[in-house]
Amino acid sequence: MKNVFETTVLSWSGLKTSSETKKAVQNRSNIFIMSDAAEDAVLRPKEYGAFDHGMRAALAARIAFQHQEDDLARRYMEDAGNFKKIANPTYKGETKDLESILSFMDKVAEDTRNVEAEDITALKSAHVNDADIVRLAELNSFMAYQIRLIAGLRLMKGAKDEGDIA
Amino acid sequence: MKEILHKFTRSIPDWRPRIEPVKLDEASSDQLEALQITPSNTKVSDYVLTLAHDVESLKVRSPLFNAIMYDKGGMSRSEREIGAIGASIVNRCIYCASVHASRHAQLTKSDEVTDKIFADGENAKLSARDAAILKFSVKLSDTPSRADKDDFNELKTVGLNEEEILDLILSTSLFGWANRLMHVLGDPVRPTVNED
Repeated sequence: MKNVFETTVLSWSGLKTSSETKKAVQNRSNIFIMSDAAEDAVLRPKEYGAFDHGMRAALAARIAFQHQEDDLARRYMEDAGNFKKIANPTYKGETKDLESILSFMDKVAEDTRNVEAEDITALKSAHVNDADIVRLAELNSFMAYQIRLIAGLRLMKGAKDEGDIA
Repeated sequence: MKEILHKFTRSIPDWRPRIEPVKLDEASSDQLEALQITPSNTKVSDYVLTLAHDVESLKVRSPLFNAIMYDKGGMSRSEREIGAIGASIVNRCIYCASVHASRHAQLTKSDEVTDKIFADGENAKLSARDAAILKFSVKLSDTPSRADKDDFNELKTVGLNEEEILDLILSTSLFGWANRLMHVLGDPVRPTVNED
């Protein structure tokens, strides 16, 4: 079984030792292992529909950059292959369909509360089918989870570091 | 006719998908397995049938959701619900906020906390402990996260231990995920009242 401290969120948060924190993490080790399984399912699925693994990695990197998680973004960019330019949040797409997809992904990531039915309609107009709309939403949603988990764990690490110094 | 809800409510609405859910009688064996369909259980919500379009994600997300919200130890279930509500307020997921406010009220046998949160959001006048939990979940849910060292220290000051803080981070982050499915892929709706 995978070492829980080698899972994506724990390795990227830098959280490692200290007895109290370690105990808390180990009590929830099943959750961290399942979170890595979710990363595989969303970023590297067997059935990837219209969005292959490279495109998914590029979209994940784009979302990470939008959340100012640049190191995590660069990690995902390594798997983006020919889609690297999509990782840049200022890149808006060269075709109308890609523009619609990126515009949807940006809104879901950064301005979730204002997403409306029209945003889904726009995706359908960009020839994205129902299954692929769900795949895009899952990818965006998973990244929201992973990034916040890393940000929160980093605060636990920071507090512990200061305690160690004191 | 059904109207789309735009205000927070503890009365759980229906959820209407914006895309066509998977039809149960056309589902693949993988989809049926993820939906955990048995001969005695053929009633599946439109939400789950919608997510069944991406069966690999659905398979891993459901057990993860249950572990984060219901596993024993650590933070109380009602306080994990505050994490869920905080995220749902930021993302304006009316449906998620409704379900989890209702659950919080059931668990605490009181409407008081969720009434205040729905009325005043992040600034709701709650107990010091609930207020710190809500504030942290709201700030962690922003894009990018605004939760900082002071917010974390406040959690410690009001008495949360490391296990409870970890559970709060998990439940809040989980609803960054859940809100982006529920709020993006469908609408919270309720039948309109016929005034005739």
